Amino acid sequence: MSGKETGEKRQGKIRQAFLCAFPKTIPIMMGFLFLGMSYGIYMKVSGFSFLYPLCMSIVIFGGSLEFVAVTMLLGSFAPLQTFLMALMIQARHLFYGIALLEKYKGTGWKKAYLIFGLCDESFSINCSTEVPEGVDKGWFYFFVTILNQSYWVLGATAGGVLGSFIKFDTEGLDFVMTAMFVVIFLEQWLKEKKHYTALIGVLASAVCLLVFGADSFLIPTMVCILCFLTVFRKPIEKAGGLS
Amino acid sequence: MTLLQEIITVALCALATMATRFFPFFVFRADKPTPKYILYLGKALPAAIFGMLVVYCLKNVNVFTGSHGLPELIAIALVVLLHLWKRNMLLSIAGGTVCYMVLVQMIF
Repeated sequence: MSGKETGEKRQGKIRQAFLCAFPKTIPIMMGFLFLGMSYGIYMKVSGFSFLYPLCMSIVIFGGSLEFVAVTMLLGSFAPLQTFLMALMIQARHLFYGIALLEKYKGTGWKKAYLIFGLCDESFSINCSTEVPEGVDKGWFYFFVTILNQSYWVLGATAGGVLGSFIKFDTEGLDFVMTAMFVVIFLEQWLKEKKHYTALIGVLASAVCLLVFGADSFLIPTMVCILCFLTVFRKPIEKAGGLS
Repeated sequence: MTLLQEIITVALCALATMATRFFPFFVFRADKPTPKYILYLGKALPAAIFGMLVVYCLKNVNVFTGSHGLPELIAIALVVLLHLWKRNMLLSIAGGTVCYMVLVQMIF
């Protein structure tokens, strides 16, 4: 009898957390379905079956890197460059993790998935939301994370499938990746008072591109960026332009 | 690339991603201060990395031949203007991409 009661209680707790989490993720749903589909279509027109966006959106689950991975898959095999590039693109997760150390404490078995599925959007919801009194925070974080990932996986896979039915000329569709990075870069730019770090990124890449060429400029660029950021740490921090 | 090389490439992307997600939970403690240098990199890296990714997207544009990078320049200008105007990420991306597709298919 009491076992049944706890079962019902548990179900109620889970449902309540879901109802609290779902509305928070609706704006993300729009964005992820759109970007996910663009990514899936982009993969399809680049010659990959929908299985690629499906698997990649599950195991990587990071929009920027997944877009870049398409270019990498089309190029020649360069494991070291791939790994370093992925580390640099995803490095920001380190700081999400630090900010969430306390919040994700005591979430039990869900914690492993919360960390696995940590993305910019889930971070911003889970970090900024005060989970209402009486709502289980572990389940709340869990639903935010898994709903966001489902939107992305769904969008990417749908894009991969729909990509084969596209009748119009898709030349130039790959610009979607450029446009996305320009927007994110612009957002970063607008957030800063001074633009030292943004300029370091652009200039280091441009110079390395000229010196090393399109196929091998990434690793030198990443080394340069880390060196410049380290050497000029004092003036950059003093300028106070970092958000 | 062979299928195996593709799998390795995707696996490395996933591995690097997971390393960045799990690392803090294994290394840092909520009750101990995080090294200042790490916090600094956290704030300073994103703008630099996204700057690099923009250049990465344009790495094969040649300003001396073909369309001289004009379609890219025009479409990026449109993305920036749209974004400054409406601050709507999806609109900026969609508008810029459609503009670029029209430019490369019909004009250049």
